[in-house]
Amino acid sequence: MASEAIALEKHAPRKQMVPRHILATRYLSLLLLAVLLAGVLFPLVVITLNSFKTEDEYFRSGPLSIPERFSLDNVRAVWERLDYTVKLRNSFIISITTAVAGVTISLLNAFALGIGKIKGRAFFLIFFVMAITLPQESLAYPLYYMFKEVGLYDSRWSIVIIFAVLHSAFGTYLLTSVFAAFPDEILDAAVIDGCNKVQLLLRIVVPINWPSLSVLFVFFFIWTWNEFFLPLIFLISNANQTVPLAVAMFQGQRGAAATFQSTAALLGVLPCILFFILFQRTLSKGIVAGSIK
Amino acid sequence: MSYQRSRGYVPFLIPGVVAFLAIVVGPFVANIAISFTRWRGVGTPEWIGLENYQRAFDDTAFWASFENNLRLVLAMTIIPTILGLLLAVFLFDNIHRHFGPRTTSFFRAGFYLPQIMPLIVAAIVWRWIYQPNWGILNWTLNSVGLDQFARNWLGNRETALYSIMGMMVWFQLGYPLVIFMAALQRVDPQLNEAAAIDGATWLQRVWHITVPLIRPEIYVVILTTAIHALKVFAPVYAMTRGGPGTATIVASYFSYKNFFERPNVGYGATIATLLTAIIMLLTVAFITVQVRQERRESV
Repeated sequence: MASEAIALEKHAPRKQMVPRHILATRYLSLLLLAVLLAGVLFPLVVITLNSFKTEDEYFRSGPLSIPERFSLDNVRAVWERLDYTVKLRNSFIISITTAVAGVTISLLNAFALGIGKIKGRAFFLIFFVMAITLPQESLAYPLYYMFKEVGLYDSRWSIVIIFAVLHSAFGTYLLTSVFAAFPDEILDAAVIDGCNKVQLLLRIVVPINWPSLSVLFVFFFIWTWNEFFLPLIFLISNANQTVPLAVAMFQGQRGAAATFQSTAALLGVLPCILFFILFQRTLSKGIVAGSIK
Repeated sequence: MSYQRSRGYVPFLIPGVVAFLAIVVGPFVANIAISFTRWRGVGTPEWIGLENYQRAFDDTAFWASFENNLRLVLAMTIIPTILGLLLAVFLFDNIHRHFGPRTTSFFRAGFYLPQIMPLIVAAIVWRWIYQPNWGILNWTLNSVGLDQFARNWLGNRETALYSIMGMMVWFQLGYPLVIFMAALQRVDPQLNEAAAIDGATWLQRVWHITVPLIRPEIYVVILTTAIHALKVFAPVYAMTRGGPGTATIVASYFSYKNFFERPNVGYGATIATLLTAIIMLLTVAFITVQVRQERRESV
């Protein structure tokens, strides 16, 4: 009898007809939200539209019209003027190297602090957490001076070294709290089996925590890709600049300002949309993890 | 077994600590030291004690920059947090329940989209929109007969900062939305239903039920976005260079200008040091309040 009542209750809402005015409200709220979303996406849509128009058409039909024919002329011209292939390569090299180095530093730190639980770990953790909030402005000039002195100014390495270290502050913090929950039994068993510390790290801790490490890798990759302030200071020559830097420096051309600038912006946005699609799952997990930890 | 564990781990910390001393601690201390000097970046810095700090307090551009940073807190923290919260609850209550998780994720991803691009690229997109001669904003105003509202958005004292703020709201909205939507999964729907039966309005339910339950996430969002607002650099660099006059100057750009354009490195270091102090104080104050609040609730 009781179970029957529960079963009925469970199915009841589905069978019930939804009154029409409530249905109408539901679809109205969906519509409202769709309009709001359209507003948010609007800037990106117009940037895309006008990247495929000629300048002539832009001034004839305005920025809101659909291109008469989708011409890739702007993309080709701006690609060349930006030296986009080189900038993409720079951004990839810098971001991947930084992410690998940053994850490695974070991993080593967190291994000592989270797994090893060495003495004074609270002090070290506070030390790293403080560094997360530090504005780059307070390091910029001494770093600039220092890298000039050692001959690494205007080198991609300068950016890689700086961001690997800066990002590893967050990485250390995140991985230490992940490792703190690592089961003691596994560690003890590995030690009894004769594992030394390096084996423990590479054969046990790294494989088991691979998901956390990959979230961190994606974070570091995207953060580095998006950086602007320090790359602006350190990467002055064209051959070393990253995509966001090149897009910011891009000046249109007389007679093609509007469409060239929208194309440059589009070329700045496109890689990020690609990353978003590629990393969406990893990221949405990570954003939440990063905020709560 | 465990009492022996901490042996032999110290070497793993050495590379990280050495790198940190070289890239963070050393430069940080050096920057503070530079802030007590007069230095043009070449030659020997001249020790002048607190003169730069005195100068900052008398400098209207300095105060203007921090005032603008505070306005950006409004655009990057307060407005997006409120809008993001309302939007998250709305998506969760209405869309998720009646149209399913796929529609919800579609909307969430859409609102989040601006967040995935570098802030500098977002600023370039909006500079294009605000362009006075052929920009889409003025073009639209002109073509619907609202010519009198068209203006040089970024070149005008009255509108420049608001134009940047508008862009920032657009850019930031997705971040609180995504965080809050994840948090809302913890909230028991029965609480809301009970309150609805008791006659609570939608806004009352958001304020009295949802907000207290997702308070940790609200704290995180407010603190991180406020820090971002205090550090903001790229949009000002790309859109206005702090102008016209000091209408859009911010602390970060002001120090950059002193470091690399004037150059007046000692003064730049002073501004950077003060900015750091403010951010650190804010962080400590915020975490203290949060911990106290949590303790009060757990009693």
